[in-house]
Amino acid sequence: MSALAAPNEVVTRALLRQVNVPGLDRPAALITLDNGFDHTKPNSFGPGGLTSLDEAITAALAADPAFVAVTGKPYVFCVGADLTSLPQLADRAQALEIGRLGHRVFARLKDSQVPTFAFVNGAAMGGGLELALHCHYRTLSGGASALALPEVSLGLVPGWGGTQLLPNLIGIPAATQVILQNPLMQNKMLKPKQAAELGIADVLLEPADFLERSLEWAAGVVRGEVTVTRPEVDKDMWAGVLYFARQTLDQRLHGAVPAAYRALDLLETAKDADFATGTAAEDEALADLVFSEELRSGLYAFDLVQRRAKRPAGAPDKGLARPVTKVGIVGAGLMASQLALLFARRLQVPVVMTDLDQGRVDKGVAYVHTQIEKAVSKGRMDKGTAARLYGLVGGSPKAEAFAASTPGQLTSFADCDFVIEAVFEDLNVKKQVWAELEKIVSPEAVLATNTSSLSVSAMAEELAHPERVVGFHFFNPVAVLPLLEIVRGERTDDATLATAFAVGKQLKKSSVLVSDAPAFVVNRLLTRFLGTVFAAVDAGTPLDVANAALDPLGLPMRPLALLQLVGPAVAYHVGGTLHAAFPDRFGVSENLKRIAESGQPIVVDDQINDEVAKLLVVGDQPLTAEQVRQNALDALAQEIWLMLDEGVVAEAQDIDLCMILGAGWPFHLGGVTPYLDRTGTSERVTGQRFLPPGAASLPA
Amino acid sequence: MPREVRDVVFVDGVRTPFGKAGGMYANTRADDLVIRCIRELLRRNPQLPPERVEEVAIAATTQIGDQGLTIGRTAALLAGLPKTVPGFAIDRMCAGAMTAVTTVAGGIAMGAYDIAIAGGVEHMGRHPMGEGVDPNPRIVAEQLVDPSALVMGATAENLHDRVPQVTKQRADAFALASQQKTAKAYANGKLQGDLVPMAIRDADGGWGLAAVDEAPRDTSLEKLATLKTPFRPHGKVTAGNAAGLNDGATASLLAAEDTARELGLPVAMRLVSYGFVGVEPEVMGVGPIPSTEKALRIAGLSIGDIGLFELNEAFAVQVLAFLDHFGIADDDPRVNQWGGAIAIGHPLASSGVRLMTQLARQFAEHPEVRYGLTAMCIGIGMGGTVVWENPHWTGSAAQAAQEGNK
Repeated sequence: MSALAAPNEVVTRALLRQVNVPGLDRPAALITLDNGFDHTKPNSFGPGGLTSLDEAITAALAADPAFVAVTGKPYVFCVGADLTSLPQLADRAQALEIGRLGHRVFARLKDSQVPTFAFVNGAAMGGGLELALHCHYRTLSGGASALALPEVSLGLVPGWGGTQLLPNLIGIPAATQVILQNPLMQNKMLKPKQAAELGIADVLLEPADFLERSLEWAAGVVRGEVTVTRPEVDKDMWAGVLYFARQTLDQRLHGAVPAAYRALDLLETAKDADFATGTAAEDEALADLVFSEELRSGLYAFDLVQRRAKRPAGAPDKGLARPVTKVGIVGAGLMASQLALLFARRLQVPVVMTDLDQGRVDKGVAYVHTQIEKAVSKGRMDKGTAARLYGLVGGSPKAEAFAASTPGQLTSFADCDFVIEAVFEDLNVKKQVWAELEKIVSPEAVLATNTSSLSVSAMAEELAHPERVVGFHFFNPVAVLPLLEIVRGERTDDATLATAFAVGKQLKKSSVLVSDAPAFVVNRLLTRFLGTVFAAVDAGTPLDVANAALDPLGLPMRPLALLQLVGPAVAYHVGGTLHAAFPDRFGVSENLKRIAESGQPIVVDDQINDEVAKLLVVGDQPLTAEQVRQNALDALAQEIWLMLDEGVVAEAQDIDLCMILGAGWPFHLGGVTPYLDRTGTSERVTGQRFLPPGAASLPA
Repeated sequence: MPREVRDVVFVDGVRTPFGKAGGMYANTRADDLVIRCIRELLRRNPQLPPERVEEVAIAATTQIGDQGLTIGRTAALLAGLPKTVPGFAIDRMCAGAMTAVTTVAGGIAMGAYDIAIAGGVEHMGRHPMGEGVDPNPRIVAEQLVDPSALVMGATAENLHDRVPQVTKQRADAFALASQQKTAKAYANGKLQGDLVPMAIRDADGGWGLAAVDEAPRDTSLEKLATLKTPFRPHGKVTAGNAAGLNDGATASLLAAEDTARELGLPVAMRLVSYGFVGVEPEVMGVGPIPSTEKALRIAGLSIGDIGLFELNEAFAVQVLAFLDHFGIADDDPRVNQWGGAIAIGHPLASSGVRLMTQLARQFAEHPEVRYGLTAMCIGIGMGGTVVWENPHWTGSAAQAAQEGNK
């Protein structure tokens, strides 16, 4: 045990109290998990916490209680293993030991002769939920924020009994959903009602008197007045469900996430193995995965998303931000309309759209109204909010909107303090917009551009107040992708930048500060990356070979699917910008141009469209998939190195954050630089690693 | 517009176990106490559709913090009643819950609504008596009220001066009997039915459950005789012969009798009459005497018609002054059968409903009793009394009609 002691563990103590429950002739033992902090620092289990629970169970059972129940502190049951301690484990033997310790302590609740209950009063994840699964019965509060077994999303498996208990409680289809599919789907969590419907809890109780009702319910069970019935688990479908799950995994990940496959194996074991065999297999899987590169990258990525995304590197003092009380949106196309909805919804200030004529404006405003209606009809927005948003979003044609009119008029831009443009990607068009706008807005109004590749500095250079121009680059679809690249132009001042970060935060986006370099971060890297793939195609590599070449990385989509999402025309345009800036690294692919000009989808139902494929003109020097992949990774390593050298972002961590949040690149790659480091690519291409050994990888 | 006054009935009532200030509820919010009571009332009466509740009156003396924010309305919302159910906060110090009951009863009787919840809460640990008060300086400048009137213990000493036959020995003996009657009532399971167990929590023990009152204690005349008299040197009022400082909440369900019958709700007591009267603030403890006379007069009854009394024991002396006035013995079995606030506790604005829930249970046990009353003294010189009729009374209908016409 002492070998496991984690010096920095915030110990979640298991507090034991004898409770007299009306109707029972002897006290019950109630164990509260509480780390002594409020809900912003949730309960978790490290060696100290497990030992405390072990002692509490011993003391509880010694008093021969009517029953033993475990509950959490307000709002939190327990969110699982203390992840910060995992990288500190010295060797595989220690990893094995932490798995066994959890199993040994939790098993006492499963093997108890006295009835055991979990009163799941709040968030229950990972080891917290596994603890609950060991209890004989579970009550669940309708106020619990989320339930999940998210281990696979990080690169682990539920290693404290989850893979063995859950499928035998709720059946293999639902267990596969909770253990595999949800973690791999942006780490989806269950709401209490869903969890209860799946059978994870025996009874769902309202939060107002959850503990009282739970104790009463438990007393009813002990007295035999409450009968708990659970549907029988169907063992016949087990193999079929897992076969299908494995196929889906292969299609999506191509073997790139070892944790997912280990989880699948454990679910298979759970069908017939006795519990001891199953949990021993969990111990082995856990120990292997703790010492896997994928987990170390996953923990690093988790930390980036949880911490660095909330405190953007290089952002100026928040106090400099100016208030934003009205937003103008130049353009009323699809992007502009999405922005209008987002700004109105999150900032709750008037949002006025403009475009060349009334027809386009009406179409943009109608889009926003339709989205609001949809949200209401799906129950995602209440009527009061909808009524407010209808009143906030308006528009008028440019002639009217840009007229120096009476401030206070909703459709005027004159009193906007934040204007964002989403017009055609042409520098002169954008300069023209800003020049006209500058005549009517205040000198401090922030002018933000959603350009994906044009120079923010160039756009500002002829203005009287270039210091208020900033890049504000969203990713499509705006409502889904959390990244916002905030671009500092040469003359952008701190107040403007601070305002941009404040607005980004209000929009609930994760902002990363980038310099005014061509195509910023995500588009530059994706273009470079796709460029190598298209260079291979141009050289004669079969389209399907090039398209599948990156499969071993387990990226969210293959190159051609990505191209289709971005739009071949947009990709070609961004490619042109980058080619102009860096002609020796960013080529122009005639085949990409052909695809764009064909106007046809390159991918149909996940298959390459032969109609488009046959338009390509290719060489006679095909590359192997291996070579394509190597070229792509080398190109990424080189480009990232140059970007860091140019100071596009502060550190490699920001590159990774951008790729995770803006391109959906996976945790198991750590975004990208940990993968480039661990495959030796960075050292070979640049002579150095991006991150020191151990930071996002196994220690040296 | 001609209308009939409707009969109002007490359907059901519950309370949290009462805690000692700084005791088991130290980390429990006041509003949570009363919310728990409201939820339990609804749960015990599933035949009542929640939207049929048309008013929620909740009393608190110190309407600050978790006892503020129009607690009747906020508690209704937090208890999960439909948003269409209105509510309000009410205050008449110790008689807050009693006034909540009589106020909604008035509303029901005149037809403003059919069903209401009335209750009270006082968390004296979180809100000590006198928190945030700002007495008008004219009280002193114009000698309107003796300054001792604002200190309840001092008013009890003042009352001892006025009724010298109530000695400290009598007060202590009455207090001991209160403790003994409560202990016996607990042993016989009389009080538990009213109690709503309440989740409690502290940093070192985690969650727990408050299932019984915290204040009752094992004592003796000898021990009581040794207690200090904090309100006067060599005085008569001690912590032993007065109610303590307590935390707790109550709630009750009141209905028009016809609505109760329509919905199949139990009828535990029928409201006969009530009276509130002001007295000299410096001897507020005499309040229940004139308020009882008034309520009896309105009902056309005399003290002899009352078969059961639930008198709030703020201080032994004020109960004894009441009993002396009406010629009732200190140990009369009709009075506070299960003890009173000296043992159980007195979370100010909540206590009125506790008296009623206990009287209701005693009515069920005593079908030979037709009338009972609940009464209490009130700070700043008042008394309040409610007279109730026992629906389980087995006397003849003819006799009832005749007596009703008297």
